[in-house]
Amino acid sequence: MNGRVVLETRELVTGYGEVEVLRGVSVSVRNGEMVAVIGPNGAGKSTLLKAIFGLLPAHSGGVLLNGADVTGMSPHEVVQNGLSYVPQVENVFPSLTIQENLEMGAFVRRNGVRERMDEVFRLFPDLAARKGENTGKLSGGQRQMLALARGLMLDPTVLLLDEPSAGLSPKMVGAIFERINRINEAGTAVLLVEQNAREALSLCRRGYVLVMGRNRLEGEASSLLNNEEVGRLYLGA
Amino acid sequence: MGRGLLLLIVVFFIWAVIDRRDAVVIGIVEGSILALGAVGLTLVYGVLRFAHFAHGDSMMLSAYCAFLLLSGVVTGNRPGVDTEVLPITVSDLPSATSEIWKFSFGYGLLVAMALSALLTAGVLVVLDRLVYRRLRRRNSGVVIFSIASLGLAIAIRSWVLIVWGPTPRKYTTVVRHSVDLPFDTSILADQLFILGAAITVTVLAYILLFRTKLGKAMRAMADNPELARISGIKTELVIVLTWALAGGLVAVAGVLLALQAQLDPQLGFVLLLPLFASAILGGVGNPQGAFFGGMIVGVVQAVVVTFDFLSPGYKFSVAFVILILILLIRPQGLFGVRQ
Amino acid sequence: MNFTIPRLSHFGARPASLIAPATVAVVTILLILIPYERSDGDVSGVMSFLVSFLTFVAIYAIFTLGLNVQWGYSGVFNFGVLGFFMLGAYTAAIVTKQPASGNFTDYIGGFGGDLDLLPWLSSDQWLPHLVGLAAAAAVAGFVALLLAVPTLRLRGDYLAIATIGVAEVLRRVVIEETWLVNGTRGLTGIPRPLDGLVDSADYKYLLLAICGSFLVLIYILIERAIRSPWGRVLMALREDEMATEASGKNVFAFKMQSFVIGAAIMGAGGAIYAYASSSLTPEVFTHFFATFLFWAMLMLGGSGNNRGAIIGAYVLWGFWTITLQFQSYDLPDIVATRMPYLRELVLGALIVAVLLLRPAGLLPQKRQVSIWVERQLRRRPPAASGSSTDAARSSG
Repeated sequence: MNGRVVLETRELVTGYGEVEVLRGVSVSVRNGEMVAVIGPNGAGKSTLLKAIFGLLPAHSGGVLLNGADVTGMSPHEVVQNGLSYVPQVENVFPSLTIQENLEMGAFVRRNGVRERMDEVFRLFPDLAARKGENTGKLSGGQRQMLALARGLMLDPTVLLLDEPSAGLSPKMVGAIFERINRINEAGTAVLLVEQNAREALSLCRRGYVLVMGRNRLEGEASSLLNNEEVGRLYLGA
Repeated sequence: MGRGLLLLIVVFFIWAVIDRRDAVVIGIVEGSILALGAVGLTLVYGVLRFAHFAHGDSMMLSAYCAFLLLSGVVTGNRPGVDTEVLPITVSDLPSATSEIWKFSFGYGLLVAMALSALLTAGVLVVLDRLVYRRLRRRNSGVVIFSIASLGLAIAIRSWVLIVWGPTPRKYTTVVRHSVDLPFDTSILADQLFILGAAITVTVLAYILLFRTKLGKAMRAMADNPELARISGIKTELVIVLTWALAGGLVAVAGVLLALQAQLDPQLGFVLLLPLFASAILGGVGNPQGAFFGGMIVGVVQAVVVTFDFLSPGYKFSVAFVILILILLIRPQGLFGVRQ
Repeated sequence: MNFTIPRLSHFGARPASLIAPATVAVVTILLILIPYERSDGDVSGVMSFLVSFLTFVAIYAIFTLGLNVQWGYSGVFNFGVLGFFMLGAYTAAIVTKQPASGNFTDYIGGFGGDLDLLPWLSSDQWLPHLVGLAAAAAVAGFVALLLAVPTLRLRGDYLAIATIGVAEVLRRVVIEETWLVNGTRGLTGIPRPLDGLVDSADYKYLLLAICGSFLVLIYILIERAIRSPWGRVLMALREDEMATEASGKNVFAFKMQSFVIGAAIMGAGGAIYAYASSSLTPEVFTHFFATFLFWAMLMLGGSGNNRGAIIGAYVLWGFWTITLQFQSYDLPDIVATRMPYLRELVLGALIVAVLLLRPAGLLPQKRQVSIWVERQLRRRPPAASGSSTDAARSSG
């Protein structure tokens, strides 16, 4: 981690149709960092990721990737600039094989796909063992792993993760977070949106708390964990 | 449910092979044409996500294109009188019309079919840019696309009627030879060609869909268009290629159909029934399913119509009954996944 | 990917747009001028022509209204109007006609004579016709019910293809089973309602009045139904299907009711068509004439809008009739022989053009009435998974 900001948003405002969900959100991620975004339901956490990735148009504000303005850039372009996004649901291709899922992850890449796939499979040996199989037989946890693996195929600078632990059994939650940690240790910066605030903050160095589409709190994960308000609202039962 | 249905189909086939062999042979030939058409239809369903009601009429259009390339003829100013509009045609190529083996046509038909495939691919891509892409930009509902395709179907059909008139035509009028097959059946040589061509083209389509990056991208888009976009797949490009592939399949299917039956502008719309029945039977969006669906529908149609109380005019009505049965028993089709 | 998201209200009530009145005016003027010119000023001839024209406009408007109930109000996709048209027309015919006799007629039914139940009110003039009308609507509604069961729960386009299937099967049955309704020979001599009331020269005015009255009656009934509690659920359903379902309303049942009612209306239209035409032949019943035409009328006039449906019927049938008139002009052969197909081409292109350029149709929609169609035409930009529940789920 060398402190260079690789991804930042500045007063990002966006929403669906006429409904505004984000009302000026600013976050930043440094090279190799893992940053958490937590907050109540409806705060706009998922919307933030979609807006960063170009799935939603920004009404105002900006998104900068490696210093360059990528606001409103199409996913096809932004993916080639080192950003990758793993949605919360429907994040695999169900009728393709595991290997084909990864191939699609590397679609924009012309060469070195084979090698990259081997690297990714090393991170996910369970998937490697079943690479020719259809995804239909995968469990929820394994599907999440596949979704992560697909997102890694282009060796992104920043990985946007939308609630990767959602709907998983506690054991799988641990496994997923362990994998994410490894990915981060390998050098990929991660912007982690999570409902599971405690886990997210214990994994990450820094965090943001979003409420009603705005920045509410930010700081070192440890101080957020100890913060009374955060504790009351998100870390309780 | 699925097992029971499959068993029923297998039993039916076995009985038919024993009792109505000639019909089964015809059914397989017609089924292969339906299969080809259904694969294209299911591709559009999967990638573009709407029911393409112009599919049947597009098949007819391609058939007539090939006809034009071969004969250069359109309907003249008075009904029943044709005029030549092309200075040269494919038939002018050396020996293009001399019959190959026992077929009723020469290599000219193959050239015309290939050219028609290119033209049809072009037409479908242009129609997408003019109509469907605009509707996509507006995020129109699925239903609007289908209505638009209905409008295009009407336009295409009337165009064919304007240019070539309502009277059915054929590619050639030479006698059709038959070929003897084992088990006391026979088949027209042309029909052997149809079967062979349909299967060849289907295999080529599969190779494209399952072994090339582009084909996988098509299947990925059919599976999960949003994720495809997120992965960086250029969705508009894939859409254009889907129309091109569908156009090729439509053209070959259309020419083969015209070879098997005749060139008839009225055929296009009612063809939608067995085409959709095949695609839905196989599981919408599933190309392998569409192939088997087409074969099954083809054979069932041909065999059921040999029952005494049904006249041959009911052929496509049989497809309708199959469709309703599928929707009642197993709406996701034989190979589909329950949503 | 920066695009401006169109405001839904931009689309809706546009006060006093001139396009609709202008189109109607142009069509009307041509309808009067051309026959006048062609017939060298034969006023009574032109009157006769116009009366006949309006009669059929009224009948076709009934079909378009029925289609509007299905599509415009409930979003149910019926590409087989032909089927319900035929069911209605043939049912009414066999109910009102006398039994089959003679070597060249063979059909079932023929209850015309048996229905003269109130002879002191000369019921042979109208009772069979009312019974026929009721039967026509019932038969059409019943078949719609049968069809809806396997298909309505599934995707809308499955219903569409099933309706095409029903239409095609019915068409085939009518032609093949000659014992049913006399096959390709058709049914002639369908008695005209209230025939004896006026002398034959003036009958056409009475017929117009009858058809017009039914149109008005059906229009009023539909407008009433839309404003009833049932209609309000229908509207809420269109507004947000999932929310309506969540609040306990059986969405399927409502769609089914709409589909059946719309079909019954089409059946009634078929009956009136049979009475007005006096004879039915299978060639008349083509997918083009009996399905696409009504879709074009509805799309042009304004989906989801009853007045639009009627205007669409008037304008489109006007266009049809006017171009038919063109054929009597001295056109070059190349055009004359192709005239019927040129008109069909225009129709197909028209449907596409309306969808692309003015999806709302001629008449400005009242926002109240057609939100569903509006939503179909201009949906919100997709959330990550393109459906509203997912948007709700993942916006947290």
